[in-house]
Amino acid sequence: MSRVAVLKGGRSLERQVSLVSGARVEDALERLGHEVVGVDVGGDLFPRLRETAPDVAFIALHGPGGEDGTIQELIEALGIPYTGSGVSASARCSNKVLAKHALRDAGLPTPDWVAFSEDAFRELGAADALEAIEQRLEFPLVVKPTDQGSAIGIKFARSAAEVPAAILAAFSYDPKVLIERFVHGRELAIGVLSRLGGGAEALPIVEAIPRDRDFYDFTARYDIGRTRFDCPAALEPVLAAHVQEVALAAYELLGCYGFARVDMILAESGPQILEINTIPGLTETSLLPQAADAAGIDFDELVARAVELALTRAAVEL
Amino acid sequence: MSIGDDIRRPRRPAAHELERYEALFATRTGRMRSSVMRDLMAVTARPEVISLAGGLPDTTLFEPALFAAAMDSIADGTTAEALQYGPTEGFEAVKECIVEVMAEEGTVVAADELIVTTGGQQAIDLVCKTLLDPGDVVVAEGPTYPGAVPTFCAYEAQLVQVEMDSEGMQIDLLERTLDELTAAGHRPKFIYTIPTFQNPAGVTMSLPRRRRLIEVARERELLVLEDNPYSLLRYEGEEMPTLRSLEVPHGSRDGGDFVIYTGTMSKILSAGIRLGWVVAPRPVLAKLNLGKVSADLCSPSLTQYFVAAYFAGGDWREYVATAREAYRSRRDAMLDALAELMPPEAHWTHPRGGLFVWLTLPEFIDTTDLLARAVRENVAFVPGEGAYDDGRGHNAMRLNFSSVSEDRIREGIRRIAKIVEEQLALYGSLTGRARPAVSRARSASPPDQPAERELADVVELPRRSGKAARRSRPV
Repeated sequence: MSRVAVLKGGRSLERQVSLVSGARVEDALERLGHEVVGVDVGGDLFPRLRETAPDVAFIALHGPGGEDGTIQELIEALGIPYTGSGVSASARCSNKVLAKHALRDAGLPTPDWVAFSEDAFRELGAADALEAIEQRLEFPLVVKPTDQGSAIGIKFARSAAEVPAAILAAFSYDPKVLIERFVHGRELAIGVLSRLGGGAEALPIVEAIPRDRDFYDFTARYDIGRTRFDCPAALEPVLAAHVQEVALAAYELLGCYGFARVDMILAESGPQILEINTIPGLTETSLLPQAADAAGIDFDELVARAVELALTRAAVEL
Repeated sequence: MSIGDDIRRPRRPAAHELERYEALFATRTGRMRSSVMRDLMAVTARPEVISLAGGLPDTTLFEPALFAAAMDSIADGTTAEALQYGPTEGFEAVKECIVEVMAEEGTVVAADELIVTTGGQQAIDLVCKTLLDPGDVVVAEGPTYPGAVPTFCAYEAQLVQVEMDSEGMQIDLLERTLDELTAAGHRPKFIYTIPTFQNPAGVTMSLPRRRRLIEVARERELLVLEDNPYSLLRYEGEEMPTLRSLEVPHGSRDGGDFVIYTGTMSKILSAGIRLGWVVAPRPVLAKLNLGKVSADLCSPSLTQYFVAAYFAGGDWREYVATAREAYRSRRDAMLDALAELMPPEAHWTHPRGGLFVWLTLPEFIDTTDLLARAVRENVAFVPGEGAYDDGRGHNAMRLNFSSVSEDRIREGIRRIAKIVEEQLALYGSLTGRARPAVSRARSASPPDQPAERELADVVELPRRSGKAARRSRPV
């Protein structure tokens, strides 16, 4: 039995999801016999952690601040073991541009893109390069904030006229945006779990199937009933194995630990990695726990494994 | 505890839907909306955020002593009744209070022409429940009350929105829309309107349009749902008769023909007591009452007793006057701050009452995304998209002035204006165009016809100076 601090909430736009994830993790930890302290992350995080002196911190935060290495670095400074990926993997994965560079350098597939900072437009006249970029990537384009975990802020541009407003919207979330080639295909999410003895395993593949086939509308993900999720996805075994291998390769390349969810588009030419979420949702309807469940790992087991992995890593590092 | 392969349950054999309850959900839940906006709004609840997003009355204005006195008088002899179920249509004593409130709005009704509801929201829900089959059409103003849209959706109605101008819903447009709908085989059931100090646009429907709307309803045998939460919160201008009072000028025993009226204690007493009411033609009222039985049997007895005790104990008009004065100053603070701080590309309405200003930005700014930026600056508003069901409103926002102090209103507007300025500059550099030169000079309304000038200051029209015009008239 350990004393576990569950870090949840925070100030990110995914606060609500995080609170639900956190509450569910707390329940599981209590069932597992741990002493649980829930912490809604705010200005008093440090004193609270000092006072609580947990044996381990379960980080159930989503989005900037919680998922990008910031919290991880602080907790590491306090010498508290924590669940999930370490500082550098968190920072790399949450920054979609860094993650895509790493993937491309390693020969893993990810859609072609160009990234820009707000300053580039303001000070370097980057707007003049837009036409060349549009020609290289071709329409439709996807415009994303670099550092936003969920589908928030993602816009499609079907023509040059739609590009500036899409970029403007993305800049509302992050001073850096990426413009990505839109890849047609099936939307897949692959959960990956680290193994206690070392290495990692890919979970059964989840497929997101929009009910009303509007490819361009990522907001469908938010609307209950507009997307359904199948698991395991109906894929040829050979193809499914390949997709899982790619997900696993990305997980390892970026140095992820504990668990993560790799989002992909399965194009005709094969899988294309969109992003890696190092702290995916852990709610009743979230994809990672459900994929784990489909593999015979129920939620309590998933949480227990994450905690044990955290303690193992800390033991090795000490 | 460790995870071993031995304790793993068998893998599931075939692809299946992950959402466990999906097959059990009613089809209509597919129309219930959850959105990015809701995630964003969750972040605005932090205390450091200046929220111009709510629609809240300022309940700090209510004297705790008055609250205690009302509760004491309930305790004195009626404790058991206040803790008991009540009649579905509401207690007589409360209905008499409601009759008094409506008389204050110049509308004569009898106590047996209305039923008490659990907030005005329940009245909207009951009207939908009573009138709508899946696929039926509801016609409303565009923009409309964001809280009504999910109700229409939950009953699988099709929402058709008619644009407003300075005089409220454009009735000629409404008629054309109704013709088109009928020709296309659709079946409009009722027209939902907030004619006075509309939420969210802050516009008030003119008298000729009110009269014409009633004629249209009569000619086509359509019902009108008149939602009237704000009319006692008037800060300037002449009183406007309710649709209900135009249809039934001196009160009648027949309940009128085509107007359903809903009101609420939320804005004139308390939103937390959840007490509203609905007045309707008798056959409709009977159905609404049946609908209410299945919804909640009766509205809370305790809060009904509270209302009755409060009305009996003193002059409720006094509190309304206090609130009105406070909100008027806050509205002025907001209009002044907007006029002074907003870039010329922004346009907004000049409400003569109610709780809201509707602000429109250039087409290329999405206010839902803008809210993400605003929250980082600790200020919030309601993105306009929630006031439509068809994707319009994405470049507009609703600003509330009733629940925030004047200082904070000004600071909130300053922060929003700064973000808007940044976005405009950024869009300019993105498109390689400098911002079009729009004069920052504000023209004052000509003194001879200030009212006309200000009424023009609405949803789709170029804005005018709020400050100069408002001050040109005594308030």
